[in-house]
Amino acid sequence: MTAAGIIQLDHVEFRYPNSSHPVLHDVTLAIPEGELCLVIGPTGSGKSTLLQLVNGLAPHFTGGQLTGTVTVDGRDTRLHPPRDLADLVGAVGQDPVAGFVTGRVDDELAYGMEQLGLPDSVMRTRIEEVVDLIGLEAVRHRPLSELSAGEQQRVAIASVLTSHPRILVLDEPTSALDPTGAEEVLAAILRLVHDLGITVLMAEQRLERVIQYADSMVRVGDDGAAHSGSPAAILEGSPLAPPIVELSRLAAWESQPRSIRDARRLAGPLRDRLRESLSLQSAGPTSGADGSVALRTEGLRVRYGAVHALAGVDITLRAGELAAVMGRNGSGKSSLLWALQGSGVRSGGTVLVYDTTLDSGAQVSTRPGRRQAGVDPRTLAPDEAIRRIALVPQNPSDLLYLDSVLAECRAADRAAGAAEGTAATLLDRLAPGLPESRHPRDLSEGERLALVLAVQLAGQPAILLLDEPTRGLDYDAKRRLGEVLKELAAIGTAVLLSSHDVEFVARTADRVLVLARGELLTDGPAQEVLTASPSFAPQVAKILRPLPLLTVDAVRAALVEGK
Amino acid sequence: MVDRLVPRGTVHPMAWWGWAFGIAIATTKSPGAVSTGLLIAAVVIVVAVCHGDSPFARAFPAYLALGAMIVLIRVVFHILVGIKGGSGFVVSLPRIPLPDWTGGIELLGPVSVSGVAAAATAGLALAALLLCFGAAIALTDPQRTLRSLPASLHLLGTATVIAMTLAPQLVESWQRVRRAQALRGQRVRRLHAASATTSPVLQDALERSLKIAASMDSRGYARMRAGGSALVPVLTITALVGAALGTYALMDGASPRWLSIPLLAGGAVAAVLGSMMASRRIHATRYRPDPWGLRETLITGSGMAVAALALFGPTGGSQGAAGWSAVFLLCAVVAAAPIPIVVAP
Repeated sequence: MTAAGIIQLDHVEFRYPNSSHPVLHDVTLAIPEGELCLVIGPTGSGKSTLLQLVNGLAPHFTGGQLTGTVTVDGRDTRLHPPRDLADLVGAVGQDPVAGFVTGRVDDELAYGMEQLGLPDSVMRTRIEEVVDLIGLEAVRHRPLSELSAGEQQRVAIASVLTSHPRILVLDEPTSALDPTGAEEVLAAILRLVHDLGITVLMAEQRLERVIQYADSMVRVGDDGAAHSGSPAAILEGSPLAPPIVELSRLAAWESQPRSIRDARRLAGPLRDRLRESLSLQSAGPTSGADGSVALRTEGLRVRYGAVHALAGVDITLRAGELAAVMGRNGSGKSSLLWALQGSGVRSGGTVLVYDTTLDSGAQVSTRPGRRQAGVDPRTLAPDEAIRRIALVPQNPSDLLYLDSVLAECRAADRAAGAAEGTAATLLDRLAPGLPESRHPRDLSEGERLALVLAVQLAGQPAILLLDEPTRGLDYDAKRRLGEVLKELAAIGTAVLLSSHDVEFVARTADRVLVLARGELLTDGPAQEVLTASPSFAPQVAKILRPLPLLTVDAVRAALVEGK
Repeated sequence: MVDRLVPRGTVHPMAWWGWAFGIAIATTKSPGAVSTGLLIAAVVIVVAVCHGDSPFARAFPAYLALGAMIVLIRVVFHILVGIKGGSGFVVSLPRIPLPDWTGGIELLGPVSVSGVAAAATAGLALAALLLCFGAAIALTDPQRTLRSLPASLHLLGTATVIAMTLAPQLVESWQRVRRAQALRGQRVRRLHAASATTSPVLQDALERSLKIAASMDSRGYARMRAGGSALVPVLTITALVGAALGTYALMDGASPRWLSIPLLAGGAVAAVLGSMMASRRIHATRYRPDPWGLRETLITGSGMAVAALALFGPTGGSQGAAGWSAVFLLCAVVAAAPIPIVVAP
């Protein structure tokens, strides 16, 4: 299969400087022209490195030692730096905003062509074409900073397309996007593959979003080995699997479906069995809405200049509740969490936090009707606030500034007035075996989140807020995070998280709030809200509709019940 | 759909730079405060009428404030350490001699009207130069200016554009980190807080610049053609020397005029040649380059006319604070010429 692939890797081994073991080890791959090839692997495996090898960023830009050969359309990347491959490979990194060179959409679209020295008339034609293809007509003259995250991602893809590359390399193109925005981006990518025959090499953590479009897959392991093959072959026995594949394993379907449509065709008998077992069961599960009130807002409003981020939101959060806020990018989720914590902007309305630890004592709860006075979190001093209400921001590394894990833990203990070692003990439960001397910057995304959680939980706050905690986490790390949050809820912490990750919310939360344009649209048990909404429904709910089941675990439990 | 890429009435940025440069030359030849004030008034009026709606245009009042500061500082320094003299004593401040090793500098001393006026006039001349620069920035979008640089300066231009977008991003990331750290609930000493914020912000900035560099590299930035010319550095140095000596000769009234013009012209020719040769190696093009038309020629022409009037027009009129000459009244009128050119449909 020497000339089979437009991308050829031949016995490639790659080692970063100062690293003891290679990130990629003896990788031989051939990706044929016109395929959409999906790269999967746990966080910290060589996924991104593999992508960077294809356009020469590794090793020309990253440094490191490459053995073996990488050829792209016959060009050896060792001899061609990225700029000389720009007409052949278009690469979009994980954070599209970080790659923008200019300030406006049309300038950004032209940038690559300007570098290639194309005449003005050609640039005008190509920009017209790409604007139509990707659907950017409405925003083409706008400043890049004013676009939504989904639009920015599409501009980033469009800006490499104008150079007419034959290969598109995308690193987690939908990781920051809400389900609808992700679908728009994926539809655009699919169109390129189908209509223009572009070869796409794409890394993605959220397999449930992309699995149905893949022609082939590459799995990169922790040991640096990479296996390629058909999606069915790669997914078989892989611990990284989307719910649709897990469901197929559970139901023991002989052909493995990858799209919801295929799965629904196969799921007829399963639906019948489940319907029976569900009818045997009594009323639906009870949510944890019986705890005492931990937080209450009335008419909460947030305004930035002329933009109303939140327009009068009433929320009551109870102790022991695990709630998730969902909504499009820019619907006000982050503003809500920051306003609740007290340090964000609040333009109107009230936020009150209550001391739920008082109510847990038996003698207090014997006095019904007693209404404890709440405290506005904005009036609390920082060291008092951390013991009542903690927030983990979207970019957890913003919180960290010391040079070792241990130092961060100690600082957290001091800040929260907790006993020495509280944060370290917590961390050991969240991420066992993390070396104390490690620099926080050298941690993986999952480890860093665990550290920040430990830091923020040292004061044992009654309320925990998390802003997009699953970004960059693989299935395994997400599962562990979900378990931790459930444990916290079980001991009476009120947890409120914002997320785009439908599958994570389905597995973790027992209440879902949907925000749209700053208004609270829906507020109810996760099961009801997630099965009712087409864009926020998890895969299992889509396959088994109209049955109210969200996760593979729930299906498994229902099947056991029915026997 | 109306193409708003180059809004109606937008003038080629280089035209404004040419205009501002001409006036800047004229201010150096101004006989005194009144003449300089006339030129400043012309510049301010042109900016007020012709500016666009970029953030840089809104920053022009800052240049005015900075200009006022310069005049003020110049006067304060004159009172503090300036060499006193002149007529019309107003305040008799005590002299405070400094030790001998300072070279006989005295603090304070008697202050005279004419001394203060001379200091203010000198400050005003500096402020006028600054305002010409500020006007050029306010009237053009610097990003568009950089886009119209010749290809040989293309790489430098891109770097500058990025630096300009990076500054607001740094501020934003500074605010984000400060906000996030308040969440940790620490009451820390101010010094400690500064270092706690600086380290993540710098890390952030470093990561961001690496990402943008990677993005630029993979999109073909700095693709070079084979073969450079050894003549380019020689021409560049010739141009620089010519420009430096020529400008000095032009500004210094004592040096002969026949020396300055050929030096400047020779330097300019060397610069153009060098730039053309260097441009051949870089194969970058421009998307929708700004067109140069009659308006642009007229605007730059008005600036050049002001410079020519100031340099070669009849000298005369009074010097100092009352520095007034009919030539500079004419200069100010010509400097305001862009107003009808831009406003006309």
